Amino acid sequence: MTDKLHAKDYPIAETRPERVLGQRGKPLASLTLEAVMDGDVGMEDLRITPQALLQQAQIAKSVGRTALAGNLERAAEMTGIPQAEVMQIYELLRPGRTKSKQELLDTAQRIRSNHKADLLASFIEEAAEFYEKRGLFRKRY
Amino acid sequence: MTDSPSYDANRWRRFDDWDNRPLRQDQFAVEDPENGFSAFAGAADPRPGLTILGGQVTEMDGVPAEEFDMIDAFIATYHIDPHIAEEAMAIPSSDLARMLVDMNVPRTALTRLARGLTPAKLAEAVAQLNAMEIAFAYSKMRARKTPGNQAHVTNAKDDPLQLAADAAIAVALGFDEIETTMRVARNSWSNALACCVGSAVGRAGTLFQCSSEEAEELEIGMAGFTSYAETVSVYGTESAFIDGDDTPWSKAWLAAAYASRGIKMRCTSGAAAELLMGFHEAKSLLYLEARCLCLQRGMGSQGTQNGGIDGAPLASSIPGGVREIMAENLIAVWLDLECASGNDARHSESDMRVAAKVLPYLIGGSDLICSGFGSILKYDNSFNPSSFNGEELEEFLVLQRDFEADGGLTSVEDARALDLRRRAIDALSFVLNDLGLATATTAMKRSVAVASGSNDTDSFAPRDVALISDKIRANAVDVLDVIRSLHRGGFTEEAENLLFLIKLRVSGDYLQTSAIVRDGHVISAINDPNDYSGPGSGYRLTDQRREELVAIRDVLNREEVLRAEAVSEMSEAKSIRYQSMGPATPGTTAHEIVVGVSPGFGSKIFRTLAGHRLSAVLRALETGIERGGGTMRLVRFWHTADTSFLGLSAACLSGSGVGIGLQSKGTAVIHQKDRLPHNNLELFSNAPITTLEHYEQLGFNATVYAGDALPEPVVVPTRGEALGARFHARVALTYAIETAMTEDNSAPEDLKITFLEQST
Repeated sequence: MTDKLHAKDYPIAETRPERVLGQRGKPLASLTLEAVMDGDVGMEDLRITPQALLQQAQIAKSVGRTALAGNLERAAEMTGIPQAEVMQIYELLRPGRTKSKQELLDTAQRIRSNHKADLLASFIEEAAEFYEKRGLFRKRY
Repeated sequence: MTDSPSYDANRWRRFDDWDNRPLRQDQFAVEDPENGFSAFAGAADPRPGLTILGGQVTEMDGVPAEEFDMIDAFIATYHIDPHIAEEAMAIPSSDLARMLVDMNVPRTALTRLARGLTPAKLAEAVAQLNAMEIAFAYSKMRARKTPGNQAHVTNAKDDPLQLAADAAIAVALGFDEIETTMRVARNSWSNALACCVGSAVGRAGTLFQCSSEEAEELEIGMAGFTSYAETVSVYGTESAFIDGDDTPWSKAWLAAAYASRGIKMRCTSGAAAELLMGFHEAKSLLYLEARCLCLQRGMGSQGTQNGGIDGAPLASSIPGGVREIMAENLIAVWLDLECASGNDARHSESDMRVAAKVLPYLIGGSDLICSGFGSILKYDNSFNPSSFNGEELEEFLVLQRDFEADGGLTSVEDARALDLRRRAIDALSFVLNDLGLATATTAMKRSVAVASGSNDTDSFAPRDVALISDKIRANAVDVLDVIRSLHRGGFTEEAENLLFLIKLRVSGDYLQTSAIVRDGHVISAINDPNDYSGPGSGYRLTDQRREELVAIRDVLNREEVLRAEAVSEMSEAKSIRYQSMGPATPGTTAHEIVVGVSPGFGSKIFRTLAGHRLSAVLRALETGIERGGGTMRLVRFWHTADTSFLGLSAACLSGSGVGIGLQSKGTAVIHQKDRLPHNNLELFSNAPITTLEHYEQLGFNATVYAGDALPEPVVVPTRGEALGARFHARVALTYAIETAMTEDNSAPEDLKITFLEQST
């Protein structure tokens, strides 16, 4: 692991550009209009990486924003989850979408094993506990 | 009804006048804490309290952990920092309140303590501040030093050409963020693409969002059209939350989802949302907001759109409601959140209430002063009218200038505005055509370029827009397609600007608190932190920024006044000739009325403020004097340009002892010798509304006074115009030209006048 970033390293794109890579490993400097026109840049090259999010989390922590850092760390895990699945889990987390706690626990287990998303899995498990306590597994429509 | 006035009304008619003011369309509600109508003191507001055992919150604000609802539970888990809580909760609220307004207590010391404060404690502390203290504390506590602003860009037809043109204008005005939404939900992709292209015109870095259904909004963001979102709403009661079809966990999931796609996100909450939704739990607006805000911090949202928002009109119907909106914004920034500080949904029909509400934010600054300034006309605002709209935009620019306060906006010259609109329309038209989405005709483009609002356009019909939108989605068009298309069309600068914006998401720099883009650089609370610590610190205008704020259009200067007079000089040369007849001496005939004029009369200044040519004024005076059996003698004084002294000096020279003083700008007085200078007989002080008939009657009245009788004084009726506002800049410039011509002890001279043509 490389050194931790602090406020002085921000904005990373300007002060530490060597630490900024797209999802296919392309550095920022290679993402030029010419490269776009030549078809060398795809949307995946413009996608944020878990590393970038964790770096931003380090910077947020360095100025005391631990809650923001927590979100960025959850987001880092989420980069690996396909869009459809992200939205499907969001839907499951809405009130009354699941009939039982188990469905949420199964989901947590699935992303833990498929995507190594421990933080997110724990987050879902915690939600399941509270949902049960507050009677949210009730039919809404 | 008869024509004669009736005096048997059972009501003072002033109330009728008041009834007709826009203010009276606002509804006001009685304070009723049991039913949720309380800004600061809800019937069921808890006392602050916190118990932590073994690092776990076991009781918070009077609720034991086993009775926590989801909001309590989330706040206790994710907001409360057990390492700070004991220290922070031990500080009396009155001390916290004092620290908030103490410039010697650093912002960071307070944001640290906030991490250990419960919602009830936060609310109790800020409630002790009066409105001015809240405004000051807000200015000190807001996260980013440089203030910013956000615009709504929408229109009633969802016309993409107009969206592009209006987005380009919003960018030119300096908005850091622009937000769109649709009249018809399925038009979202079209709106997003249109604003995306428009916002790339002129400069790079304006963040853009398309407010739509949660899943779709994220998809549009994934396609690269948008760069931020603020539709993640949270509520202060569990029932309202569930009614909103979410939970703190589902919203926190969304917050992470946006970040995971490199999209900036803030939550939304605002006073009275719970009251509107019918789940207020008899708690005050402020306490419920404190819960919302702790929740948002706990979720890890970098910021909040906060301060009434859609509930602002309802909050404002309650006593103290506007102060409460300020107080909740203060809690937001105390919690170290970026604050897009409302001033969004118009809370009143009264322009005065609106301006009063925005003022603290304008002079104190805010991350985004308005979380939706209507850059378009009211009827085109698909979010509903904002506090400020296209109609009132120049008022905001002038307020910036008045207070030398940076509201984030800059004037746009009209020629440049039209250029930008055409460029945006051309760019979007090319892209629509190039990507096989639609074809805009020349007539459509021309109509949109000059239109103030969608009522004036002849552009895409709603059905066309739906088809465009469907095609964008079906063909999976993304921002790279748009960039390539712009480049193909020769819109290289716009292509570069869009690429710049989309590249921001790779580093994630703009995911930090209060991030915006200025001059091609991300600035946020990290590299541009608000460091206010008293006068001279915090945000200050640079000379360059001050110049921008000052540069509103149509400002008057001395050259402008002289230029206007030079035009009048030519027409006056055809109407009248003045001839100096040498030094003026006291008159001897009893029917003589001397009219004393100022040094620049007819030589430097040629029209009155009402626009009358001075020759016409003299003709009117002479007609009146002659009607009264008098004769007029014109004398130019050089020792004074003041109306009263002109009049008195004229009276002293006048054979009748009565004289008229007349300034070039049209101010006139009847004076009599032996009176004190400012104790005149009649005065026309409102030159801009004085007619030639008034001057004629003034001349006539002078002769009546000369005959030692009392005439009916001439009354110049006013309709309450703010004449000072309309004319005083010109008056001061004009008058200075005349006072500069005066010479002490210089003798008056008789003037012979010859009228050259019959005209008024």
